[in-house]
Amino acid sequence: MSGHSEHNTKTLKLIVWRQAGPDKPGRFETYTAKNITDHHSFLEMLDVVNEDLIKEGKEPIVFDHDCREGICGVCSQVVNGVPHGGHERTTVCQLHMRLFKDGDSIYIEPWRARAFPIIKDLMVDRGALDRIIQAGGYTSAHTGGSPDANAIPIPRHDAEYSMDAAECIGCGACVAGCPNGAAMLFTGAKVSQFAALPQGQVEAAERVANMLKEMQDCGFGNCTNHYECEAACPKGINVKFIARLNREYLKSLL
Amino acid sequence: MILDGKCPTGPVEKSWDKHRFDMKLVNPANKRKYKILVVGTGLAGASAAASLGELGYNVEAFCYQDSPRRAHSIAAQGGINAAKNYPNDGDSILRLYYDTIKGGDFRSREQDVWRLAQVSNEIIDQCVAQGVPFARDYAGYLDNRSFGGAQVSRTFYARGQTGQQLLLGAYSALSRQIRLKTVKMFPRTEMLDLVLVDGEAKGITIRDLVTGEIRVHAGDAVLLCTGGYANVFNLSTNARGCSVTAIWKAYRKGAFFANPCYTQIHPTCIPQAGDYQSKLTLMSESLRNDGRIWVPKNKGEKRAANDIPEDDRDYYLERKYPSFGNLAPRDISSRAAKEACDDGRGVGPGGKGVYLDFRDSIKRLGEHVIRERYGNLFEMYERITGEDGYKVPMRIYPASHYAMGGLWVDYNLMSNIPGLFVLGEANFSVHGANRLGASALMQGLADGYFVIPYTVAPYLAASKPGKAKEDHPECKKSIEDVKAFTKKLLSINGKETPADFMRKLGNVTWNNVGMGRSKESLTEALAKIPGIREEFWKNLKVSGTELEVNQQLENAGRTIDFIEFADLLCRDALNRDESCGAHFRVEHQFADGEAKRDDANFSYVAAWGFKGDGVPPELHKEPLEFNLIKPAVRSYK
Ligand SMILES: Cc1cc2nc3c(=O)[nH]c(=O)nc-3n(C[C@H](O)[C@H](O)[C@H](O)COP(=O)(O)OP(=O)(O)OC[C@H]3O[C@@H](n4cnc5c(N)ncnc54)[C@H](O)[C@@H]3O)c2cc1C
Ligand code: FES
Repeated sequence: MSGHSEHNTKTLKLIVWRQAGPDKPGRFETYTAKNITDHHSFLEMLDVVNEDLIKEGKEPIVFDHDCREGICGVCSQVVNGVPHGGHERTTVCQLHMRLFKDGDSIYIEPWRARAFPIIKDLMVDRGALDRIIQAGGYTSAHTGGSPDANAIPIPRHDAEYSMDAAECIGCGACVAGCPNGAAMLFTGAKVSQFAALPQGQVEAAERVANMLKEMQDCGFGNCTNHYECEAACPKGINVKFIARLNREYLKSLL
Repeated sequence: MILDGKCPTGPVEKSWDKHRFDMKLVNPANKRKYKILVVGTGLAGASAAASLGELGYNVEAFCYQDSPRRAHSIAAQGGINAAKNYPNDGDSILRLYYDTIKGGDFRSREQDVWRLAQVSNEIIDQCVAQGVPFARDYAGYLDNRSFGGAQVSRTFYARGQTGQQLLLGAYSALSRQIRLKTVKMFPRTEMLDLVLVDGEAKGITIRDLVTGEIRVHAGDAVLLCTGGYANVFNLSTNARGCSVTAIWKAYRKGAFFANPCYTQIHPTCIPQAGDYQSKLTLMSESLRNDGRIWVPKNKGEKRAANDIPEDDRDYYLERKYPSFGNLAPRDISSRAAKEACDDGRGVGPGGKGVYLDFRDSIKRLGEHVIRERYGNLFEMYERITGEDGYKVPMRIYPASHYAMGGLWVDYNLMSNIPGLFVLGEANFSVHGANRLGASALMQGLADGYFVIPYTVAPYLAASKPGKAKEDHPECKKSIEDVKAFTKKLLSINGKETPADFMRKLGNVTWNNVGMGRSKESLTEALAKIPGIREEFWKNLKVSGTELEVNQQLENAGRTIDFIEFADLLCRDALNRDESCGAHFRVEHQFADGEAKRDDANFSYVAAWGFKGDGVPPELHKEPLEFNLIKPAVRSYK
């Protein structure tokens, strides 16, 4: 283990978006992060900065975080222009400071999209993603009375495909990365998860139509094939699910 | 007071069926007149809110995250148990019941455990119907793996993200009810008080975490599904926001807190790297299926792991527990790791780690198989440590993980406060002194999908809907209390942040009440905690104001609740002068270091009642009875 790196601390310059509220003007502020080691996570680095700010009597930087292990999907920061910082399959909470050099400048911004109003600093309102799910991201299976779980075998390939889509953590990086602010990857992943399973067939047409309508009503843009969403996705959700979404939509019109 | 769990009488195997028949029902046309407040939307809360909404109740659900999909259940990796016996390896409801009772070291309530085992199979059916993409074999049938404390393969899983997939299933059922307007969802909302009207739970006081508004929601029953308190150790595998706050506030209003000292330490976590650390990351226990745990035989070993020859390695779990080996239960594995490290044979920085080595299984099965089974865990490990687990053994160390204790509930999941129900990790009932892997997800969903929809009815059927409204004097008083409390937190203007106090508290709890406890360590902790509390109220620093997003204010509130709760945790641990399951009193062990139970004196649930600040809590006991199997020394050799 690189025990020596504990002594090799780094100092970084942070240029952070501060905004007091949804309708307040925002601006960049500069801070210094001191005594950062390779083992600090990105959010632990911000914790250190915040502790210093509080002790100086200043307002700490507001950012969403919870699990800090890349699964709850709540953390949401654009680091140096890229959602989650642009390391493959890595959320910003899983980003580690060994990836940065002493003296680096780091720009930190919130998700920016029409459908995600800023609440404060780096915290945004992603309620629109919940509304897309509410529009149809489920099977209408009532609690109770379900057939035995092995009653319908599902080809392994389909189950795996469904799981590939279901891995989405709903963080919204796809939207933040998209020049159109589209939520096609998010919506496509949920539609595809069910489209691949027998349980999802009954309501397939209704599901895709309702979810797409909600998506538009929420103010998300449309896909024009930039593939930035896939690049930004910390779970590696594949753009093929957008193609599937389009196919399912066409099928629903038949 | 002697507490009564009000369990059905008669044969245990028939208890749930009998009870379901005996319970009163609420007329379908009347259901919508009852408002049920569900606090928490993890597996327990989301499944409860969705199922109650489906039944036609008027539900309001609350969570502190920005979406119900992010509850900490999302982080569960390994899997969920059920007694399906699909692999034909001898499983049954009886065996799942037996393993759970034994795993809990005969400190859980028998009938509750039976019910859990009985409904386990329905959970899997339900999840598959929801479109949860569980792992399958090449014939298209569901796949199973084994987990600690069981000799059968009964764990269903979805890659390394089982909790995520189960929660998304419950979340989608909840979302459907939100769309149908049977459930109203309040995210970014934190419960800060329980409102009692004539001694019954009729409302909650919340703070809107965006606007800072403090208001009451009145209802006919309150369900607390607010998760566990493992963060009382400061560093744990729980999310940063997980707190004891909701159940602590209920305790302060009279709900009994049962077995707070039963806390679980998970053996396979990534070791701590520094003081600034904000959380510890769990590596799923499922890794123990294929990884072998060892430390060097020699103290102060300097060679790199791969240079240490076979003869100089001590595979201590395989050596001490040949029949369970690397799959020995969590408490046993954790203590064994601590022992090895205390013996000077730990690895990594500070000697606080043991190896989890995949070399042999990679040789046997090929790297691709290991990658397929655990790829995401290896990735996670590398991201955090910068090391490649396929090439060098992983380093792991135990960390606080789960709370078996929680609010006391009867068989209907109702606390001693009428109308207050407690589900999931927040209650105490089924895991006894130690929870087996893959059983928490099972419990959360059992409580929410298949227990509470029935057991809430007898209470509601006997009470008039809409008894309390938001303008009731008790509601107004609660709002004033919470506002005053908030103001107090903001007014101290001292020098230390909530994080500073959590670190101080964590030092005491982890060192004195962690993996091993003694009369001495507990007495010392009980002497130190009041000092931390006093300093908190003198020297806390919270920036910002009340009517805005204020994460420091949130942290401060949770911190003081943890400080107060830690005192109860120590008292309970001191009172329980025996070792059982994860509660290890060093005074009580067999020659080989195994926990030594004292059934003659401690075969009871310890439920504590709040008596006022600065006044010792009152101990109530619920005696435990075992009819189907008789308590025996728990042996995993
Ligand atoms: C890393 C990890 C891995 C795990 N792996 C497994 C596994 O493989 N198998 C297994 O069986 N178990 C596992 N567990 C345990 C299991 O995940 C949990 O015990 C279980 O998910 C708890 O579910 P819950 O619904 O009771 O609580 P949670 O999922 O914690 O949900 C709590 C809810 O309460 C809300 N809440 C809390 N306080 C308040 C408040 N004051 N006001 C408003 N809302 C509040 C939160 O917002 C959240 O919605 C794991 C746990 C961890 C930490
Ligand atoms: S904090 Fe949960 S994914 Fe980053």
